[in-house]
Amino acid sequence: MPLSLAFTAVGAALLSGLLPLVRPGSNAAARLIAFPLLGISGIFGMIAGGMALGNTQSDSIVLPVGLPWLHSHLQLDPLAGFFLAVVSLVTLVAAIYGPAYVREYEQGPQPLLPLTLFTGLFVAGMQLVLLAADAFSFMIAWELMSVTSYFLVAYQHQHEVNRRAAFIYLLMAQVGGLFILLGYGVLSGFGHGFDFAHMAAATLSPGWSSVAFLLAFVGFGMKAGVVPLHVWLPQAHPVAPSHISALMSGVMLKVAVYGFIRFSYDLLGGIHWQWGALVLFVGSASAILGVLYALMQHDLKRLLAYHSVENIGIIYMGLGLSMIFAGTGHQALAALGLIAALYHCLNHALFKSLLFFGAGVVLQQSHEHDLEKMGGLIRRLPVTATCFLVGCISISALPPFNGFVSEWLTFQTALQGPVLENNILGALIPVAAAVLALTGALAAACFVKVFGICFLGLPRSEKSAAATETTPGPLAGQIVLAVLCLLFGVLPTWTVGQLEHIARLFFPGGMPETTAHGWLWLTPVSSQVASYGAPLVLLGIGLAWVLAWLWMHPRRRRFPVRRAPAWDCGFGPLNARMQYTATAFTMPIRRIFRPVWPITESYRAPTAEEQGGRYQLKIGDWAWLKVYEPIGRLLLTTARRMAMIQGGNIRAYLAYSFFTLIVLLLVVSL
Amino acid sequence: MTLTQLPLAEQFVLTLAALILFTSFLLLAQSRIVSLIHTFAWQGALLFIATCLMALTSGRHHLFISAFMTLALKVFFIPWQLRRLVVRLDIRREVETVGNASLVMIGGGALVLFSYYVVLPIRELSFLATRNTIAISLAVILIGMLMIITRRKAVAQVIGFMSMENGLFFAAVVATYGMPMVVELGVAFDVLVAAILFGIFFFQLRSGIGSLDVDHLNRLHEVDR
Amino acid sequence: MKGWLLALVQTGLLAFGAPFLAGWVKWIKCRLQSRQGPPPWQPYRDLLRLFGKEVVVAEAASPIFRIAPYVVFSVTALACSVVPMVAIGLPTAAIADVIVLVGFFALGRFFLALAGMDVGTSFGGMGSSREMTIASLAEPAMLLGVFTLAMTVRSTNLASMIGYLIEQPFQLYPSFVFAAMGLVLVAVAETGRIPVDNPATHLELTMVHEAMILEFSGRHLALMEWGAMLKLMIYSVLLCNLFLPWGVAVDFAPLSLLIGLGAITLKLLLLGTALAVAETGLAKMRLFRVPQYLGLAFILCLLGMLSHVILEVN
Repeated sequence: MPLSLAFTAVGAALLSGLLPLVRPGSNAAARLIAFPLLGISGIFGMIAGGMALGNTQSDSIVLPVGLPWLHSHLQLDPLAGFFLAVVSLVTLVAAIYGPAYVREYEQGPQPLLPLTLFTGLFVAGMQLVLLAADAFSFMIAWELMSVTSYFLVAYQHQHEVNRRAAFIYLLMAQVGGLFILLGYGVLSGFGHGFDFAHMAAATLSPGWSSVAFLLAFVGFGMKAGVVPLHVWLPQAHPVAPSHISALMSGVMLKVAVYGFIRFSYDLLGGIHWQWGALVLFVGSASAILGVLYALMQHDLKRLLAYHSVENIGIIYMGLGLSMIFAGTGHQALAALGLIAALYHCLNHALFKSLLFFGAGVVLQQSHEHDLEKMGGLIRRLPVTATCFLVGCISISALPPFNGFVSEWLTFQTALQGPVLENNILGALIPVAAAVLALTGALAAACFVKVFGICFLGLPRSEKSAAATETTPGPLAGQIVLAVLCLLFGVLPTWTVGQLEHIARLFFPGGMPETTAHGWLWLTPVSSQVASYGAPLVLLGIGLAWVLAWLWMHPRRRRFPVRRAPAWDCGFGPLNARMQYTATAFTMPIRRIFRPVWPITESYRAPTAEEQGGRYQLKIGDWAWLKVYEPIGRLLLTTARRMAMIQGGNIRAYLAYSFFTLIVLLLVVSL
Repeated sequence: MTLTQLPLAEQFVLTLAALILFTSFLLLAQSRIVSLIHTFAWQGALLFIATCLMALTSGRHHLFISAFMTLALKVFFIPWQLRRLVVRLDIRREVETVGNASLVMIGGGALVLFSYYVVLPIRELSFLATRNTIAISLAVILIGMLMIITRRKAVAQVIGFMSMENGLFFAAVVATYGMPMVVELGVAFDVLVAAILFGIFFFQLRSGIGSLDVDHLNRLHEVDR
Repeated sequence: MKGWLLALVQTGLLAFGAPFLAGWVKWIKCRLQSRQGPPPWQPYRDLLRLFGKEVVVAEAASPIFRIAPYVVFSVTALACSVVPMVAIGLPTAAIADVIVLVGFFALGRFFLALAGMDVGTSFGGMGSSREMTIASLAEPAMLLGVFTLAMTVRSTNLASMIGYLIEQPFQLYPSFVFAAMGLVLVAVAETGRIPVDNPATHLELTMVHEAMILEFSGRHLALMEWGAMLKLMIYSVLLCNLFLPWGVAVDFAPLSLLIGLGAITLKLLLLGTALAVAETGLAKMRLFRVPQYLGLAFILCLLGMLSHVILEVN
């Protein structure tokens, strides 16, 4: 049953891409056909995913398509169901948000058709990755997802940056795909079969299983964007249309996380704690570097892209902890870590999509990419600003919103480090937790910057002063997500109860204590160790607010609020250029963490001819300078060397073929 | 054996051990030379208290001799001597920038964990309740070496050397109730002589290369660059 | 039921005792500096006066500016209700553990910083930028300190932590010595006292907290000020009860509650005196010295955790 619903979802997504092709000339037709179908796909996917999440039995089917000797295996178990629900939820919201949003592109040079075509295929690809139960269909779906998203990134290909970003993205996606393929190769070699059931039954020596794990870790990490494989993210996300960025950042990265979980927990099994230590380390590095790089960005969507690196890092930290505990035989704690990671997947999908949608509205209404030119938008876009604020609070991991719950669960998992027999590891885990705390606090600083510079204060350019609120469609999409952010923050016990079904797949004991004390209390280990009553927190804040408000009430009548100019120190009226800028806001952090970024900074004092000084600040990415550029240079030099053999002489080419043939024959004869 | 089963005096020794480690970290991060000397004196004082406590609880009175030697040498004489040198060389106000301080501190933290890891098997040989502190003493020694490596100024390096000696002495006290008296006297004498020799060395260094920055000694390399 | 009632009373005690603690510190400080000084109950008068004053809001201010005082105050008030002050075992203590408590403060700070940036003056932005920088360095140190304690007592619930420490006979944990030192440093930074921030200054270049609330007036300012006092109170109560847990009531008998009240009053007055002495003796640091200061706090907490691992478990 859930599987057939899921097929309907995939079908609807495919149709939403393909159906507009019948009337290729019309933008309106593309919009009116594609988005409703995408929405239907989202609804069916959510239902299917939700049903599968509750089912203990996994639903599977073998379709007679694919290779002659390998039919296409598809299945829907709780793990796939959860991710399917997340993907479909964001798809649904994107379908609500999209129609009004893409209107702007109708005036652009491109027709809408490629956008809707590849969006439909992209969503179908993601859903199929989740359904696939053999390596072949998985890789086909995976490549469908990668290649279609390449076209989406390259949609506005008249700009050179977009082409470059799309190329880098495609390159890295293909390299990552290669690693995944090799990982599956190792598994199928030992399992004597390409379907997941055979692979899961394979018995690997520790050496080979570590090799397979590393291949999958690099391959899926490339897509998920862990440091230092993250460089495509900040390039690709800013240039794609915003609802696509939301889908890519909000859910495509999650599909990579799904692949990683499926590969290492399900197919590989027998987790070693050393893998967990590696994942924890890489996760911590991604989290802290992601947020530090995000802090220095001024392009709103690029900043959000770096925050995806950070949040993927947090998810990987949860996974790493889970693997460490799984490798040392602490099943319940391993389940807790896994749930923390999955919960963060859900949360990140919600708030990151919300933020990208908000950023899309801001960009479209103010026609500014640069934070330094925004300001005061809360008065022009009140609803967007409120939703964006919810997103900011959630991503900064502040109670009572959803981001906090998953980080809190990660903290609680980390705090159980002392149960490990290995004291060194037990001491390093709290340090990782401190890194997580630093990440959370820096994220809060970053989003104070974003919201403060973008929405508060005085407008810094005429365009942002003239922005107007967007239409109901995009607003509704944002409001839905904002409400969900609050709901998943306030009802963590229910959510964790649902996620436990997934944990039970791998750790049959589950975590009996976590939800044992009713829907009010979340108690990860036991009620003695830690508890969090999220609904009560909301109630308490509300109660204190009401009390304060009532206490104020008589005074409010006697003294209504009077408006007056802000204090200007007696120097005359303030203007927008006197405000703190985004660069100024992050200056203390830039100075404290100086070695983290490659910074070139220059200042020219005002001269007689030129009024006003000139300050330039360029912030690069070490990963580019130290990892990718050397690799690129190496490749180019090698290619140039190799080019020597292409002399242009036809007889030389024939000679190559001849010698190849000779060598081959020799090899065959041996 | 966990901490809660120990008598209070031994808990106090453990706390002192942790504090000695803390002073090592302070030495590592301290950039002012006079404060460096003071911190070194404090480390000696903590060592003195710890040794006295060990002497009291174990009833081995020869430890008192070691303790008071520590007090006389490491709390008073050597800091006084160093301070006098600093005044005479007129480098009281000199501030040494510790290159990439946070990285050095992280290195220090890693050294502590490393010494804990290394000492795990050795620990089993000692039957004293305070054997857990052997890791701490090793960490003090290693951090002293790290300090010598990361510092440029000869005075700071000398203090690093002395704090290494502190670590050795502490290890001896907590692991085996101190070394034999002859050895201990010899070591104390060595330290004393070293302190005086270093004084002479400083002046030579200064008149030879015009500075106490040992990086200037790089000029003495053999290869032509 | 009795528990909830007691929790309410305790929250009230914390909330209404906070201005006295702030006044007490100020009074002692004035006496130490040979000044007459306002009486310790002066903050009550100030708050009442502010509540009865007109509110002037800057023209450019958005709704964020007007809801921020309510958010800051209500979050801090909620934080009050989960802190065990007189007794442990109150039902409210289970709502939030110490990590959630840190989250509450972070939420308050988030809105405070937004309010600072709302008006569009450079002071506000300066204050917000500095506050968020300091907070992002203080938070990891604080959580590491808390983790050190949590590893010994095997809990992050404040009530269970204190309960565990009361039950045990006196132990000298080396890790606690470090965690206490580290957390004191963090608490000083978080509550904006000398040497990190000066609550008495209005000198533009040095202020942090004051810069953010510069534009507030009347009842909004009163809520902000009260919130800051509550924060000082909560940190003081936490430091007292975690590291000197004696006297905290473990049951709800009237006598033990009375002892608990007396004990915490005494501890707070002593801590306030110590704070005043420290503030008199120290000078405010440059902003860019604060990272070193908080780095020291972090190293202390890290050493606490390492000494827990090395010395206390076997």
